[in-house]
Amino acid sequence: MSARRSTAASLLTLAVAAVVLTGCSQKKDDTASADAIQVNASDSACELSKTSFPAGHVSLEVHNKGSKATEVYVYAPGDKIVTERENIGPGTKAAIAAEIKAGDYEVACKPGMTGDGIRQKITVTGEGAPAKGDPRLDAAVASYRKYAQEQADATIPVVQQFADAIKAGDTVKAKSLFAASRVGWERTEPVAESFGDIDPKTDTREDGLEAGQEWTGWHKLEKSLWADNTIGDNEKKLADQLVTDLKDWQTRVGTADITATSMANGAKELLDEVATGKVTGEEDRYSHTDLSDFAANVEGAEYAYELLKPVAAEKDAELSKSLDTEFADLKTLLAKYKQGEAYVSYDTVGEADRKTFSDAVNALAEPLSKLAAAVVVK
Amino acid sequence: MDAEREQPTEQSTGPQTVPSAGLSRRAVIGWAGAGVAIGAAGVGTVAAATMDDKGAPAPAAPGAAEIPFYGDHQSGIATPVQDRLHFAAFDVSTTDRDALVKMLKDWTKAAAAMTGGREVGTGAATGLPEAPPDDTGEALGLPASRLSLTIGFGPSLFETSTPDGQLVDRFGLKAKRPDALIDLPKFPHDNLDPTRSGGDICIQACADDPQVAVHAIRNLARIAMGTASIRWSQLGFGKTSSTTPDAQTPRNLMGFKDGTHNIAGTDTAALADHVWAAPGDGPEWMTGGSYLVARRIRMHIETWDRTSLKEQEDVFGRNKGEGAPYGKAKERDAPDLKAMPAGSHVRLAHPDSNNGLMILRRGFSFTDGTDGLGRLDAGLFFLAYQRDTRKAFVPLQNRLAASDKLNEYIQHVGSAHFACPAGVRKPGEWWGQALFG
Repeated sequence: MSARRSTAASLLTLAVAAVVLTGCSQKKDDTASADAIQVNASDSACELSKTSFPAGHVSLEVHNKGSKATEVYVYAPGDKIVTERENIGPGTKAAIAAEIKAGDYEVACKPGMTGDGIRQKITVTGEGAPAKGDPRLDAAVASYRKYAQEQADATIPVVQQFADAIKAGDTVKAKSLFAASRVGWERTEPVAESFGDIDPKTDTREDGLEAGQEWTGWHKLEKSLWADNTIGDNEKKLADQLVTDLKDWQTRVGTADITATSMANGAKELLDEVATGKVTGEEDRYSHTDLSDFAANVEGAEYAYELLKPVAAEKDAELSKSLDTEFADLKTLLAKYKQGEAYVSYDTVGEADRKTFSDAVNALAEPLSKLAAAVVVK
Repeated sequence: MDAEREQPTEQSTGPQTVPSAGLSRRAVIGWAGAGVAIGAAGVGTVAAATMDDKGAPAPAAPGAAEIPFYGDHQSGIATPVQDRLHFAAFDVSTTDRDALVKMLKDWTKAAAAMTGGREVGTGAATGLPEAPPDDTGEALGLPASRLSLTIGFGPSLFETSTPDGQLVDRFGLKAKRPDALIDLPKFPHDNLDPTRSGGDICIQACADDPQVAVHAIRNLARIAMGTASIRWSQLGFGKTSSTTPDAQTPRNLMGFKDGTHNIAGTDTAALADHVWAAPGDGPEWMTGGSYLVARRIRMHIETWDRTSLKEQEDVFGRNKGEGAPYGKAKERDAPDLKAMPAGSHVRLAHPDSNNGLMILRRGFSFTDGTDGLGRLDAGLFFLAYQRDTRKAFVPLQNRLAASDKLNEYIQHVGSAHFACPAGVRKPGEWWGQALFG
């Protein structure tokens, strides 16, 4: 989950960008800086030179005039991250660019890089370029939206059982349900993560905590179950909260901004998650159930790809063929580690086998990174 | 990488246009003039240097030293040694010979572009905005920096053994394995780490700018994904030997000049005798090629540093300040081997002690930080090219391993052996064509 912010941000950026990019290969707007919106960020203010501007390529030039490092977010309604930039030091400037379609947004400056930040409402006007939709891509998006909803729907009962086991003090049962409770989330992680406020509550690892942030969610419970071996009142409370937060996800998943581009890039991001966090065993460091997450990421990526495949196969047959091969190879490799319905503990997977996994993930992710352009642009 | 995109059907031939087969990194800086600065190399292949990889006349390179990619021999062997190294050994993961051949073709195109100071494929910042760039971009704006890329094929590409000991001819190449491409014997005192040894294919990237060398390996590794992956790699700095006789021999991390008596890149007779495989030496595809031995030699830096100056000089048989052999005044004075201690490194390694045997060394210093005990993980990444390893490195190393005083302060911890074929002579040819073709 380490890449929470960046993946969430890029997914949404691409989602909105797709509207303007569909159908033609537009060059970057190099006149950005002349039209850039100045953002004066201080320890107590977040002032924008304009609060209303036309849709399309938008540039923010942030000047941190405060004494603390700051970060600046552009939020769509529901605190969905459109774009963001962290770690803007005192006295320094930073540029943020995004494709933004019409609507109401908020810009948040976060001095000290904590909290909700100082908010400023902005309005983006105009239509943007209308999407010249390929009906097959529209159908793919609709199917993927349905899939994302189904995954969320299917997750809730399992998470409920997981939470019930914790509340009953049944650690054996809770442990047996931990990996399963994450499958739906992991399959659709880029969509799940696009809700910037849910992900930190449910899927943050201890090292990802920000100063002052309370640690909640799956990985806290994972540590309690496997490392601390304690189930106390706090864990019971956290179990209930996990259910609540995931029900929030279930309710909102249907509103996620999904496009063919975001599906393709989301698939690639799922593999990137595997490549950075799972193949190293960092993700589920206490339970060593990484292979379950790993498999779910691959399944989710493959599902998105399968939906886009009719178009991909037509526009770039070679790419499509190589993706078919690499997905099959990676799944064959994963199958070797299957143990009943679950997977072997990742701490039993040796260095050489992890290298094989890593190579297989790279072999798939590299062509997968070309899927979006192949489907949407070619 | 999309091979089709890299080979435009039309090529521009205007004298001031960018080479058609790839984007020029130099174009980013702008054409600063017509001054020709072919790399200091220019070893008889100046004509090739002025061709881009479509064969069209290329514009002069302003101040951007290039090592010609095309030629009878691969560059990076007799080429004057650059300042930096990124060496990578790859394992081939595919069983599909066609996939391997495609990778080698794609690699060759990328290598020709990068050694010419150009970007890979559609470039680093000029492709489709929706797609990841073909070129990773960290060398954007940097000159060619005398980048050379040298490929070698390891014994395991020809034949590997399965866990139950069966030998497998992986790509139908077994019959083409040169006898000289031996599995290196175990030498006394070797403490080889299998994860830093061997490999099916190696790429030696040498450049005067480490960023350029790293960029080259990174892009080739990326192109290889799904076909081959890096088994191990080594960064090197500070060349420890010279192939240019007039240059001062650089010092190794022990503070000594070592490798003074090396084969000069301009000494065609010595190269023919000791470095290039000749017709009849082995399979035809290796004629004009050379055998590369790579050894990661760890130095026990801390114990060396508390060794007396006299002992240090006795170990090498040279003085430390000037690098002069014992009893002589200047570094390049002919050594009087008998004046040196019996087990001194120079005395044992000198051609006069080895029936005139010579190897061409291109070693680099390395440090990979510190080990868990706080000791510098540093030493010499030894690279040696020779016409026949059985007659050169093997007897030499056996001799050194048996009695070199230096052994107390070093340990060989990684080892690999590769057959580096002759050069890619012209655009359209590819690395390994004579072997696979």
